[in-house]
Amino acid sequence: MVEYRIDRRSGVATYLQIVQQTKQALRLGLLEPGDRLPTAREVVEATAINPNTVLKAYRELEREGLVEARRGLGTFVRRTLGSAPADSPLRGELADWAARARAAGLERDDLTALFTSVLDQLYEGDDS
Amino acid sequence: MTSALEAHGLTKRYGRRGDPALADCTLRVPAGRVCALVGPNGAGKSTLLALAAGLTRPTAGTVRVLGTDPVTARERVAYVAQDKPLYPQLTVAETLRLGAELNPGRWDAEAADRVVGTLDRAARVRALSGGQRTRVALALALGKRPELLLLDEPMADLDPLARHQLMGTLMADAAERGTGIVMSSHILSELEGVCDHLFLVTGGRVRLGGGIDDLLTAHTLLTGPVRDLAPHTVVEARVTGRQLTALVRPDGPVDTTTWHTTEPTLEDLLLAHLRSPDAPPLLTPSAAADADGAVAA
Repeated sequence: MVEYRIDRRSGVATYLQIVQQTKQALRLGLLEPGDRLPTAREVVEATAINPNTVLKAYRELEREGLVEARRGLGTFVRRTLGSAPADSPLRGELADWAARARAAGLERDDLTALFTSVLDQLYEGDDS
Repeated sequence: MTSALEAHGLTKRYGRRGDPALADCTLRVPAGRVCALVGPNGAGKSTLLALAAGLTRPTAGTVRVLGTDPVTARERVAYVAQDKPLYPQLTVAETLRLGAELNPGRWDAEAADRVVGTLDRAARVRALSGGQRTRVALALALGKRPELLLLDEPMADLDPLARHQLMGTLMADAAERGTGIVMSSHILSELEGVCDHLFLVTGGRVRLGGGIDDLLTAHTLLTGPVRDLAPHTVVEARVTGRQLTALVRPDGPVDTTTWHTTEPTLEDLLLAHLRSPDAPPLLTPSAAADADGAVAA
């Protein structure tokens, strides 16, 4: 089950934050096909946002074919995204690399910058 | 579509002298919405809520609640006044029992209990802090299982954590039962993200009203050279040196080769209207009570 964190000062629309965090959970394998998303009631009780915002986010996820609403039962994950689950060997290698970088004296922002620059280089000219 | 709240030419004057607290106010809150009533102190927010709750009579005009008059609707409406009136000599448990006795057939003890939370049930109301009293008052309101909740400055004396929890409780109720909520506040951050509808009231008049998304898309923030802004409706325009910053309601496409345009935030929108009292009022179609409704009523 995912738990949404809403940042009201981020400038990102609230429903988009829910969409992005759901996708992130799908990419990391924290959500798998068949899993139920929290109900609108559960989300708004924890985050104090408007129920329609949650429904809007779920509709968007449904439009993208990632989840489906089953009447009276809830909203369920239909398919997953990406291929880097939280327990994959790739993640392990990245964790090792990050630990080495930290041991070498790099700070969190240094790591982020390094990682982003490699990604930018790798996917240069690739819109997605 | 039914309305939670509908007012036509609603006017309230408290004394014979001076300006009315509410002047010729016409608006509509669709059913099942979470609606903010914002405006400076003394704008008429509390008067509008008290009229909707049937606690005071209009000087002129009509107000309808859940499709009927406020007194008939009272059983299906919960109203929490700004000063959270409770019986000081009763304990929390006795107050909850009062709620149960006064609302036979409607009372949801479990819902009320959840709102009261960890408060000592044996404590007398007079010994509670302002924030604790707010919890008890909201418990009475939610325990009634209302179709419409009218809340006057509900969160003003709550700490941030309690505010978040109670707002979450209100939203859960709205999600589960489709409860309509109309709440007033002069603190915008309290309402942003929570409400889907908004009415801005200043000096007893409705300046802006409707779905928040519709209101935002009806306005554009322009920056650029000083030029004539016609045919757009100008809410506010400020000139700094050679640069013009303006909030407009576009009439037709905006010349984006001349001006840089962005969608305003809710705060931009409200501040611009508060600074420009002469800007024409705007109600989106869902918020405008049509004249036919008045005849049928």
